[in-house]
Amino acid sequence: MQSAVLVFPGINRERDMARSLKLVSGVEPAMVWHAETELPAGTDLVVVPGGFSYGDYLRCGAIAARAPIMDAVRAFAAKGGLVLGVCNGFQILCEAGLLPGVLMRNTRLKFICHDAFLRVERSDTPFTRGYNAGQVIRVPVAHGEGNYIADHETIARIEGEGRVLFRYCAPDGAVGDSSNINGSINAIAGIVSERGNVAGMMPHPENHVEGIIGSTDGRGLFAGLVAQFDKAA
Amino acid sequence: MKARVTVTLKSGILDPQGKAIEGALKSLGISGIASVRQGKVFDIEIEHGDRAQAEALLKSAAEKLLANTVIENYRIEIT
Repeated sequence: MQSAVLVFPGINRERDMARSLKLVSGVEPAMVWHAETELPAGTDLVVVPGGFSYGDYLRCGAIAARAPIMDAVRAFAAKGGLVLGVCNGFQILCEAGLLPGVLMRNTRLKFICHDAFLRVERSDTPFTRGYNAGQVIRVPVAHGEGNYIADHETIARIEGEGRVLFRYCAPDGAVGDSSNINGSINAIAGIVSERGNVAGMMPHPENHVEGIIGSTDGRGLFAGLVAQFDKAA
Repeated sequence: MKARVTVTLKSGILDPQGKAIEGALKSLGISGIASVRQGKVFDIEIEHGDRAQAEALLKSAAEKLLANTVIENYRIEIT
Protein backbone atom coordinates (compact mmCIF):
# COMPACT_ATOMS: atom_id res chain seq x y z
CA MET A 1 0.00 0.00 0.00
CA GLN A 2 1.55 3.27 -1.13
CA SER A 3 0.33 6.13 0.99
CA ALA A 4 0.79 9.87 0.72
CA VAL A 5 0.81 11.97 3.90
CA LEU A 6 -0.06 15.64 3.35
CA VAL A 7 2.09 18.23 5.11
CA PHE A 8 0.73 21.69 5.92
CA PRO A 9 2.47 24.46 7.89
CA GLY A 10 1.64 23.89 11.57
CA ILE A 11 0.88 20.19 11.22
CA ASN A 12 2.72 18.20 13.89
CA ARG A 13 1.47 14.61 13.70
CA GLU A 14 2.67 13.82 10.20
CA ARG A 15 5.73 11.90 11.38
CA ASP A 16 3.71 9.78 13.84
CA MET A 17 1.42 8.96 10.96
CA ALA A 18 4.26 8.18 8.55
CA ARG A 19 5.95 5.98 11.14
CA SER A 20 2.80 3.92 11.75
CA LEU A 21 2.06 3.58 8.04
CA LYS A 22 5.61 2.36 7.44
CA LEU A 23 5.47 -0.06 10.39
CA VAL A 24 2.21 -1.66 9.35
CA SER A 25 2.43 -1.53 5.55
CA GLY A 26 6.20 -1.92 5.18
CA VAL A 27 6.20 0.88 2.62
CA GLU A 28 7.61 4.34 3.28
CA PRO A 29 4.85 6.90 2.70
CA ALA A 30 5.42 9.90 0.44
CA MET A 31 5.32 13.21 2.30
CA VAL A 32 3.45 15.68 0.11
CA TRP A 33 3.82 19.43 0.66
CA HIS A 34 0.60 21.46 0.60
CA ALA A 35 1.73 23.66 -2.29
CA GLU A 36 2.04 20.66 -4.63
CA THR A 37 -0.69 20.31 -7.22
CA GLU A 38 -0.42 16.58 -7.84
CA LEU A 39 -0.26 13.44 -5.73
CA PRO A 40 2.60 11.00 -6.45
CA ALA A 41 1.72 8.49 -9.17
CA GLY A 42 0.59 5.17 -7.73
CA THR A 43 -0.85 6.61 -4.51
CA ASP A 44 -3.32 4.15 -2.93
CA LEU A 45 -4.18 6.10 0.19
CA VAL A 46 -4.05 9.80 1.05
CA VAL A 47 -3.72 10.64 4.73
CA VAL A 48 -4.41 14.10 6.13
CA PRO A 49 -2.64 14.03 9.51
CA GLY A 50 -3.29 15.82 12.76
CA GLY A 51 -1.76 18.93 14.20
CA PHE A 52 -2.64 22.56 13.98
CA SER A 53 -2.39 23.65 10.37
CA TYR A 54 -2.00 27.43 10.18
CA GLY A 55 -2.36 27.60 13.96
CA ASP A 56 -6.11 26.99 13.63
CA TYR A 57 -6.42 30.54 12.23
CA LEU A 58 -9.90 31.53 11.03
CA ARG A 59 -11.43 28.08 11.79
CA CYS A 60 -9.55 24.87 12.38
CA GLY A 61 -8.68 23.31 9.04
CA ALA A 62 -10.16 26.21 7.04
CA ILE A 63 -6.96 27.48 5.43
CA ALA A 64 -5.43 24.06 4.79
CA ALA A 65 -8.68 22.95 3.13
CA ARG A 66 -8.04 25.60 0.42
CA ALA A 67 -4.41 24.61 -0.22
CA PRO A 68 -3.39 23.76 -3.81
CA ILE A 69 -2.91 20.04 -3.02
CA MET A 70 -6.54 19.74 -1.94
CA ASP A 71 -7.78 19.98 -5.54
CA ALA A 72 -5.69 16.90 -6.30
CA VAL A 73 -7.14 15.17 -3.21
CA ARG A 74 -10.65 16.06 -4.36
CA ALA A 75 -9.97 14.59 -7.80
CA PHE A 76 -8.43 11.47 -6.20
CA ALA A 77 -11.49 11.02 -3.96
CA ALA A 78 -13.86 11.59 -6.90
CA LYS A 79 -12.22 8.62 -8.61
CA GLY A 80 -12.88 6.48 -5.54
CA GLY A 81 -9.40 6.81 -4.00
CA LEU A 82 -9.17 6.23 -0.24
CA VAL A 83 -8.64 9.30 1.94
CA LEU A 84 -8.22 9.26 5.73
CA GLY A 85 -8.21 12.36 7.91
CA VAL A 86 -7.22 12.22 11.55
CA CYS A 87 -7.85 15.03 14.07
CA ASN A 88 -6.94 18.26 12.21
CA GLY A 89 -7.13 16.07 9.10
CA PHE A 90 -10.81 15.36 9.88
CA GLN A 91 -11.40 19.09 10.36
CA ILE A 92 -9.65 19.81 7.04
CA LEU A 93 -11.75 17.21 5.15
CA CYS A 94 -14.95 18.73 6.57
CA GLU A 95 -13.83 22.25 5.63
CA ALA A 96 -12.89 20.99 2.15
CA GLY A 97 -16.40 19.63 1.68
CA LEU A 98 -15.15 16.04 1.37
CA LEU A 99 -17.04 15.08 4.52
CA PRO A 100 -20.27 16.62 5.87
CA GLY A 101 -20.56 18.62 9.07
CA VAL A 102 -18.05 20.56 11.12
CA LEU A 103 -15.95 20.17 14.28
CA MET A 104 -16.78 22.79 16.91
CA ARG A 105 -15.21 23.73 20.23
CA ASN A 106 -15.55 20.92 22.80
CA THR A 107 -18.70 21.57 24.86
CA ARG A 108 -16.73 21.64 28.10
CA LEU A 109 -14.26 24.09 26.45
CA LYS A 110 -11.23 22.10 27.57
CA PHE A 111 -8.46 20.84 25.35
CA ILE A 112 -8.64 17.10 25.97
CA CYS A 113 -5.53 14.97 25.76
CA HIS A 114 -5.91 11.42 27.05
CA ASP A 115 -6.91 7.91 25.98
CA ALA A 116 -10.49 7.47 24.83
CA PHE A 117 -12.60 4.39 24.26
CA LEU A 118 -14.23 4.03 20.87
CA ARG A 119 -16.88 1.61 19.73
CA VAL A 120 -16.31 0.42 16.18
CA GLU A 121 -19.72 0.63 14.54
CA ARG A 122 -19.08 -1.46 11.44
CA SER A 123 -16.36 -3.68 10.09
CA ASP A 124 -17.30 -3.66 6.40
CA THR A 125 -15.38 -0.56 5.31
CA PRO A 126 -11.75 -0.32 4.15
CA PHE A 127 -11.03 1.74 7.27
CA THR A 128 -12.56 -0.61 9.85
CA ARG A 129 -12.20 -4.08 8.32
CA GLY A 130 -9.36 -4.75 10.77
CA TYR A 131 -11.92 -4.67 13.60
CA ASN A 132 -15.16 -6.40 14.52
CA ALA A 133 -18.38 -4.39 14.65
CA GLY A 134 -19.09 -3.58 18.30
CA GLN A 135 -15.43 -3.94 19.29
CA VAL A 136 -14.15 -1.37 21.78
CA ILE A 137 -10.71 0.11 21.15
CA ARG A 138 -8.59 2.48 23.23
CA VAL A 139 -6.79 5.25 21.36
CA PRO A 140 -5.65 8.75 22.37
CA VAL A 141 -7.39 12.02 21.61
CA ALA A 142 -5.74 15.45 21.61
CA HIS A 143 -8.06 18.22 20.54
CA GLY A 144 -9.90 21.35 21.61
CA GLU A 145 -12.35 21.31 18.72
CA GLY A 146 -13.67 17.82 18.17
CA ASN A 147 -17.34 18.39 18.83
CA TYR A 148 -18.93 17.01 15.65
CA ILE A 149 -22.07 18.73 14.50
CA ALA A 150 -24.22 18.87 11.39
CA ASP A 151 -27.82 19.81 10.72
CA HIS A 152 -30.65 17.40 11.55
CA GLU A 153 -31.07 16.17 7.98
CA THR A 154 -27.37 15.47 7.57
CA ILE A 155 -27.19 13.57 10.86
CA ALA A 156 -30.31 11.58 9.95
CA ARG A 157 -28.74 10.70 6.60
CA ILE A 158 -25.37 9.75 8.10
CA GLU A 159 -27.04 7.56 10.72
CA GLY A 160 -29.57 6.13 8.27
CA GLU A 161 -26.81 5.13 5.87
CA GLY A 162 -24.71 3.69 8.69
CA ARG A 163 -21.85 6.07 8.02
CA VAL A 164 -20.67 6.43 11.61
CA LEU A 165 -17.46 4.42 11.97
CA PHE A 166 -16.58 5.18 15.60
CA ARG A 167 -18.40 6.52 18.67
CA TYR A 168 -16.97 7.63 22.00
CA CYS A 169 -18.00 5.09 24.60
CA ALA A 170 -17.38 3.68 28.07
CA PRO A 171 -14.84 0.82 28.40
CA ASP A 172 -17.73 -1.66 28.09
CA GLY A 173 -18.91 -0.08 24.83
CA ALA A 174 -21.91 1.78 26.27
CA VAL A 175 -22.53 5.15 24.62
CA GLY A 176 -23.81 7.94 26.87
CA ASP A 177 -23.30 11.53 27.96
CA SER A 178 -20.58 10.70 30.49
CA SER A 179 -18.33 9.05 27.89
CA ASN A 180 -19.06 11.61 25.16
CA ILE A 181 -15.84 13.48 25.81
CA ASN A 182 -16.38 16.49 23.52
CA GLY A 183 -20.14 16.73 23.15
CA SER A 184 -20.38 15.43 19.58
CA ILE A 185 -23.87 14.69 18.28
CA ASN A 186 -24.62 11.00 18.92
CA ALA A 187 -21.06 10.68 20.34
CA ILE A 188 -19.72 10.58 16.77
CA ALA A 189 -15.92 10.17 16.72
CA GLY A 190 -15.49 9.19 13.07
CA ILE A 191 -17.54 9.05 9.87
CA VAL A 192 -17.21 7.93 6.29
CA SER A 193 -18.38 9.60 3.07
CA GLU A 194 -21.42 8.55 1.08
CA ARG A 195 -19.27 6.51 -1.31
CA GLY A 196 -17.38 4.97 1.57
CA ASN A 197 -13.93 6.08 0.43
CA VAL A 198 -13.28 9.19 2.55
CA ALA A 199 -13.08 8.78 6.33
CA GLY A 200 -12.41 11.23 9.13
CA MET A 201 -11.92 10.73 12.86
CA MET A 202 -10.77 12.87 15.79
CA PRO A 203 -8.85 10.18 17.77
CA HIS A 204 -5.31 9.16 16.86
CA PRO A 205 -5.06 5.46 15.91
CA GLU A 206 -1.50 6.11 14.65
CA ASN A 207 -0.33 6.56 18.24
CA HIS A 208 -1.40 3.07 19.33
CA VAL A 209 0.30 0.70 16.93
CA GLU A 210 3.37 -0.37 18.93
CA GLY A 211 3.35 -2.58 22.02
CA ILE A 212 5.93 -0.41 23.74
CA ILE A 213 3.35 2.38 23.93
CA GLY A 214 1.02 0.14 25.93
CA SER A 215 -1.71 -0.43 23.37
CA THR A 216 -1.88 -1.60 19.79
CA ASP A 217 -5.59 -0.91 19.38
CA GLY A 218 -4.97 1.53 16.54
CA ARG A 219 -3.10 -0.99 14.45
CA GLY A 220 -6.29 -2.62 13.14
CA LEU A 221 -7.15 0.47 11.14
CA PHE A 222 -3.85 0.40 9.24
CA ALA A 223 -3.74 -3.41 8.99
CA GLY A 224 -7.26 -3.30 7.53
CA LEU A 225 -6.21 -0.76 4.90
CA VAL A 226 -3.17 -2.85 3.98
CA ALA A 227 -5.39 -5.95 3.67
CA GLN A 228 -7.73 -3.98 1.42
CA PHE A 229 -4.95 -3.38 -1.08
CA ASP A 230 -3.49 -6.89 -0.78
CA LYS A 231 -6.90 -8.20 -1.74
CA ALA A 232 -7.10 -5.81 -4.66
CA ALA A 233 -3.62 -6.66 -5.92
CA MET B 1 -13.01 51.31 -0.99
CA LYS B 2 -13.46 49.73 2.43
CA ALA B 3 -15.69 46.92 3.44
CA ARG B 4 -16.60 44.92 6.49
CA VAL B 5 -17.68 41.29 6.51
CA THR B 6 -19.32 40.11 9.71
CA VAL B 7 -19.56 36.38 10.31
CA THR B 8 -21.94 35.06 12.96
CA LEU B 9 -23.04 31.61 14.05
CA LYS B 10 -26.41 30.51 12.76
CA SER B 11 -29.12 30.36 15.37
CA GLY B 12 -29.42 26.96 16.96
CA ILE B 13 -25.69 26.28 16.70
CA LEU B 14 -24.24 25.81 20.18
CA ASP B 15 -21.55 28.42 20.93
CA PRO B 16 -19.44 27.24 23.88
CA GLN B 17 -17.15 30.28 23.60
CA GLY B 18 -20.09 32.68 23.74
CA LYS B 19 -21.41 30.80 26.77
CA ALA B 20 -18.03 31.13 28.52
CA ILE B 21 -17.94 34.88 27.80
CA GLU B 22 -21.51 35.17 29.07
CA GLY B 23 -20.43 33.45 32.31
CA ALA B 24 -17.40 35.73 32.68
CA LEU B 25 -19.56 38.84 32.25
CA LYS B 26 -21.86 37.56 34.99
CA SER B 27 -18.90 36.97 37.28
CA LEU B 28 -17.76 40.56 36.65
CA GLY B 29 -21.09 41.68 38.02
CA ILE B 30 -22.28 43.03 34.67
CA SER B 31 -25.91 42.08 35.02
CA GLY B 32 -28.82 42.24 32.61
CA ILE B 33 -27.15 40.31 29.78
CA ALA B 34 -29.44 37.54 28.56
CA SER B 35 -26.97 35.82 26.23
CA VAL B 36 -23.74 36.27 24.25
CA ARG B 37 -22.78 34.79 20.90
CA GLN B 38 -19.31 35.27 19.49
CA GLY B 39 -18.65 36.15 15.86
CA LYS B 40 -15.89 37.51 13.64
CA VAL B 41 -15.33 40.82 11.85
CA PHE B 42 -13.11 41.21 8.77
CA ASP B 43 -12.14 44.72 7.68
CA ILE B 44 -11.19 44.56 4.04
CA GLU B 45 -9.77 47.10 1.63
CA ILE B 46 -10.83 46.76 -1.97
CA GLU B 47 -8.39 47.67 -4.74
CA HIS B 48 -10.90 49.02 -7.25
CA GLY B 49 -13.80 51.40 -6.91
CA ASP B 50 -16.63 49.54 -8.60
CA ARG B 51 -19.29 48.79 -6.00
CA ALA B 52 -21.08 45.93 -7.78
CA GLN B 53 -17.77 44.28 -8.52
CA ALA B 54 -16.70 44.67 -4.88
CA GLU B 55 -19.94 43.11 -3.68
CA ALA B 56 -19.47 40.09 -5.94
CA LEU B 57 -15.86 39.77 -4.84
CA LEU B 58 -16.75 39.91 -1.14
CA LYS B 59 -19.58 37.43 -1.58
CA SER B 60 -17.17 35.00 -3.16
CA ALA B 61 -14.61 35.59 -0.38
CA ALA B 62 -17.23 35.01 2.30
CA GLU B 63 -18.66 31.87 0.69
CA LYS B 64 -15.31 30.33 -0.19
CA LEU B 65 -13.33 31.11 2.94
CA LEU B 66 -14.44 33.67 5.51
CA ALA B 67 -17.57 31.80 6.58
CA ASN B 68 -18.36 28.12 6.86
CA THR B 69 -21.93 28.29 5.65
CA VAL B 70 -22.75 24.98 7.34
CA ILE B 71 -22.71 26.81 10.67
CA GLU B 72 -22.26 30.51 9.92
CA ASN B 73 -24.05 33.44 8.31
CA TYR B 74 -22.26 36.48 6.89
CA ARG B 75 -23.13 40.10 6.23
CA ILE B 76 -21.30 42.42 3.83
CA GLU B 77 -21.12 46.18 4.30
CA ILE B 78 -19.33 48.48 1.84
CA THR B 79 -18.50 52.02 2.95
